[in-house]
Amino acid sequence: MEHALSLFIRSIFVDNMIFASFLGMCSYLAVSKNVKTSLGLGIAVTFVLLVTCPVNYLLQTKVLAPGGIFGDMDLTYLSFILFIAVIAGIVQLVEMIVERFSPSLYNALGIFLPLIAVNCAIMGASLFMQQRIDMDPATSSQAISGVGDCFVFALGSGIGWLLAIVGLAAIREKMAYTDVPKSLQGLGITFITVGLMAMAFMCFSGLSL
Amino acid sequence: MASLFSKENRLAFTEPLSLNNPVLIQVLGICSALAVTAKLEPAIVMGLSVTVITAFANVIVSLIRKTIPNRIRIIIQLVVVAALVTIVSMTLKAFAYDVSVQLSVYIGLIITNCILMGRLEAFAMTNGPWQSFLDGVGSGLGYAWILVVVGAVRELFGNGTLLGFNVIPQAAYEAGYVNNGMMTMPAMSMIILGCIVWAHKAYVSKKTK
Repeated sequence: MEHALSLFIRSIFVDNMIFASFLGMCSYLAVSKNVKTSLGLGIAVTFVLLVTCPVNYLLQTKVLAPGGIFGDMDLTYLSFILFIAVIAGIVQLVEMIVERFSPSLYNALGIFLPLIAVNCAIMGASLFMQQRIDMDPATSSQAISGVGDCFVFALGSGIGWLLAIVGLAAIREKMAYTDVPKSLQGLGITFITVGLMAMAFMCFSGLSL
Repeated sequence: MASLFSKENRLAFTEPLSLNNPVLIQVLGICSALAVTAKLEPAIVMGLSVTVITAFANVIVSLIRKTIPNRIRIIIQLVVVAALVTIVSMTLKAFAYDVSVQLSVYIGLIITNCILMGRLEAFAMTNGPWQSFLDGVGSGLGYAWILVVVGAVRELFGNGTLLGFNVIPQAAYEAGYVNNGMMTMPAMSMIILGCIVWAHKAYVSKKTK
């Protein structure tokens, strides 16, 4: 329980997807123009992370790694292809389910759902998860040693991403009224803002978890 | 085949280098661009890997573009890219193990690099193999030179080295010069990229006037 809590806090603040590893940057910069749509995208990303990460965990430990259903064969070199196929498939599935059972949520998420298939944050979470399986939970708060940990990690990463995009959107809404040098407008100033936000988030790396 | 280096083909190659740069203008592929640039060497390797993968993915998709059903083209493109990334990742592990450890998950994340999907969708699906190859190499190099510039600045000012060799003379340290540790933090890559965007935009708008 204690491990789950520190993993959760850690993946929101210390290992924040945006500020520590720059994942999901493309949609992060493109969609952060107003708070409402960025909230929608953040929720969609969290949701897809929560589904794909545990599925890929089971795939990695039960099918690909030695000792799975294929006995001693080490099939981990197939992980890139399988992970991306799982993600693309699940995004499609989630899209259909949401459309069927909650049309209002579907309309709110709009085009963001299909775009999430190529969001680096989703693939990145699966790849980080793959690296952290071998870590020892007793010594590292990053370790992921079961499906439960995987849920916690996915939820934390998703909320961290949501926090980052809503924060940037709020700043950009305010920034529309400021006097930015002409060539720096748009992309340039956004990069610098994100850099400063990342610096602020660096303070969290001092947390001992 | 006299038109192998015709004007349009040359344009397909040179345009992504500056005027239509994938990172600076189209804002694609930033996700993996920033995290690997703390040192020059991984930045170069990453840039080259992306160039090779973009070029060959463009050729393969362009060759089979007439047989791909429109509805499932995204998944087919992802599988082509994932296969190429797996090959590159295994090659790096075999011949440049240290760099592949430094790049860690970011090699796998080339799959979800938006430059690839962007070029495949926008160019390879409608153009012939040779032109797509040139476009892929151009886009890849356009991405690579940004990585190299950011990597060089960060390594020079952060560690006083380039490619691991000391560049700043010992006398400078004795005279009181100190390495800027801030440069090795991930946040600085955002700010440097913001400044490059600024300079590039100012240069382009001056040129077109």
